[in-house]
Amino acid sequence: MTEHVQVAETVTPLEDAINRLEARFAGAVRRDDREGYSGVIVDPGKLVEVATFVRDTLGFSYLSSATAVDYLGKSEGDHLEMVYHTYNLQGGPALVLKTQTPRGEATLPSLVGVWPGANFQEREAWDLMGIRFAGHPNLKRILMWEGFHGHPLRKDWREAYYEQDTKPFDSRWPEGHVSRAEEHNPYGKNVTYPAGFTLDDYESQAEKALYEDVPMGVHVTDMATDRVVVSMGPQHPSTHGVFRMVVALDGETIVALEPVMGYLHRNHEKIGERNTFLHNMPFTDRLDYFCSMSNNLGYAVAVEKLLALGKRWDPPTYRAEAIRVLMVELTRILNHLVAIGFLLNDLGAYFTPLMYAIIERELILDFFEAVSGSRMMCNYMRFGGVAYDLPERIQSTAALVNDRVRDFDTMHYLRALINDRLPRAIDQTNDLLTTNEIITNRCIGVGVLTREDAIAYSAAGPVLRASGVPYDVRRAEPYSIYPDLEFDVAVRYHGDIYDRYLIRLDEMRQSIRILKQVLPILEETRGQPFFAGRGGQYNPRIPAGEAYGRAENPKGELGYYVVSDGGQNPWRYHVRSPSFINLTALEQMCKGHKVADVVGILGSIDIVLGEVDR
Amino acid sequence: MTNSNENFLKELHHPDVPVPEGMQSAVAVTSFGKLIDSIYNWGRRNSIWPMAFGLACCAIEMIATASSRFDQARFGMEVLRASPRQADLMIVSGTVTKKMVVPIVRLYNQMAEPKYVLAMGACAIGGGPFKEGYNVVSGIDKYIPVDVYVPGCPPTPQALLHGLIMMQKKIDGQSFGNRNSMPWYGRGPSEEVPVPVLGPDIVDPRQAYLLRREAAAAISAAEAETASGEADSGV
Repeated sequence: MTEHVQVAETVTPLEDAINRLEARFAGAVRRDDREGYSGVIVDPGKLVEVATFVRDTLGFSYLSSATAVDYLGKSEGDHLEMVYHTYNLQGGPALVLKTQTPRGEATLPSLVGVWPGANFQEREAWDLMGIRFAGHPNLKRILMWEGFHGHPLRKDWREAYYEQDTKPFDSRWPEGHVSRAEEHNPYGKNVTYPAGFTLDDYESQAEKALYEDVPMGVHVTDMATDRVVVSMGPQHPSTHGVFRMVVALDGETIVALEPVMGYLHRNHEKIGERNTFLHNMPFTDRLDYFCSMSNNLGYAVAVEKLLALGKRWDPPTYRAEAIRVLMVELTRILNHLVAIGFLLNDLGAYFTPLMYAIIERELILDFFEAVSGSRMMCNYMRFGGVAYDLPERIQSTAALVNDRVRDFDTMHYLRALINDRLPRAIDQTNDLLTTNEIITNRCIGVGVLTREDAIAYSAAGPVLRASGVPYDVRRAEPYSIYPDLEFDVAVRYHGDIYDRYLIRLDEMRQSIRILKQVLPILEETRGQPFFAGRGGQYNPRIPAGEAYGRAENPKGELGYYVVSDGGQNPWRYHVRSPSFINLTALEQMCKGHKVADVVGILGSIDIVLGEVDR
Repeated sequence: MTNSNENFLKELHHPDVPVPEGMQSAVAVTSFGKLIDSIYNWGRRNSIWPMAFGLACCAIEMIATASSRFDQARFGMEVLRASPRQADLMIVSGTVTKKMVVPIVRLYNQMAEPKYVLAMGACAIGGGPFKEGYNVVSGIDKYIPVDVYVPGCPPTPQALLHGLIMMQKKIDGQSFGNRNSMPWYGRGPSEEVPVPVLGPDIVDPRQAYLLRREAAAAISAAEAETASGEADSGV
């Protein structure tokens, strides 16, 4: 009860934390008073001290996101800014720490010692923004290769096909004199080279750098067993796409593991900063390509936060929010079924469990196709609602009878799916797999991530909750209509592969529970508007400021850090992807296990490469 | 069955030799080469083994195509091989990045001939929505030859199946009589595609001469600039 009284007072826990921070570090910490910004700006010299204080004393122990912004040519001065979003695991808004460094000699202290979860994110900031992190244990490029010219996300760095800073390009609209970008390049390809570069006597550093820091330990002759370094991937049947690991083995036991990524780095962020805000919606589909609906929602939440800073803004209608929750929870079931299928594939059941999962997936995809027009890339949400209402009738080709496409009433189809079909599929998965001897032998006690490690490594989603941390963004910082819905945050306590498998079953059951509550809402609100914008205006003027919107995706916490300068295009568009950051803890989970367990552990994290590499 | 058999025999028939109406379903008058072609191609086209090799979003639709609803096995293509040595068909399913094109070219070189490449989706065809990105290759055909293009983002399983049927048609059209259509029976080993180098940007070794030309142009331009600068300061 006392907690409730405290919250009701004028000083929120966040305000209180900032006040204490200012009092403790007077002079080194100041409030960020730019319009539309929040949080505090920390003096780089005091950053590690402040971060430790924030983590230990103020209780903001979870680092959600760390990213850099380039403020080239802005009134605040030319500098690079590192932004850290920290959360209290009891729930509530973020305490945002920022620190600035000049663009010329960009150097900041590394926070890997405080939050090991910052490891990959700082490497990404070095790779794409060119900020050096003093004290980082392994500061190498992560998405691009070693030897690449320049730091691509800096505002003055231009790609080979550069045309203009922002879209729509003059060549496309209104005149429409379009030519193929290859024709303007002397090589006919998407390449630029520094002046004077030739291939003669050139030696590529890309592969060499990967093996440089792999700890080979003592000299081979001193040991009973040989140490070998194995490169798994990027073409490997169990790496879920183009993921690669450099594994150092002692016999069959893993002594070190380094994830190598970037094989699907599609430059979402650079392209996203040229696009208008709405342009990015279809690009979010392609991040986690199993869950395009959830990605849409995360981005909509982030931009709606920005819109709420301005005056002219209508929040999404109730029907729109109900439709969103319907889509997102169906996506969660789809994703978890497929994730379990892939995990079993990795454990040696080959494709059979996946085939079972795909049967249900096709039923859900038929519904998505009927609603949004596309099976996988839905591009369905808009700022302020959704693009289309649910259709009256849908045709499902997955439910073929005698080779004839069946025509269903949409609500009937959904009711049958949610009340009958999907719960049966979940129970079937449970019956067939949970007590299977091979699964229990290979999963229980393997790949353990302790509670403390899970928090320190910024693990998110099922990985975090399987380690005993009941943290779910839908409850911790609610969005959409989740506060009105009844569901439990699933949590398991052992942190091994088996618990990460079980928690996905639990979460699917909770999703069914949510969906059963959403169906009557959809019936009640039938015919009400599904979009709140004025006159169907999809691309509203976005006020200047920053926003970090997050959504609980099936894979974990998906965050979008969007900075607007008041123009048509985002100044900074960053994706905090759960798959990418969950991989930080991979080495910790794998050390000491056999090499055959690596694929199982990787499968239990459930990564999607579109999101890992962005 | 009889119908398809009849068609099969009709295709074989030598156009110059008349066969009585009633015997057409039982007799084929053909040349040896044509008979070998059709048997050889029939065997090849109905057992194409694709490489289990997913790049991005399209790979998921490829898996959907292989699963029960669309059932790629109807075409004899259900055996997905993880090793390039055992595969006939490389389905480039997704965005090809500069970092990934190096292993792709290497895998292509490792495949045994006859080998085919199917570019699935907008990204593999020409870069797709990510074309402008600094790490994206504008189409896999900039590096390796492509036989069939399947557009879409991602293509539906139906579209992929259509592409695979087109691939079968292409195989059907290949003949021992025409060496150009079966280059792998030519003299000597076929040429490997040179593996790109990850330099300051991706480098195609086939373009080394272009690089030298551009570098020389840059140097002469710089010299001209300094010379004109000296001339200016001299005046």
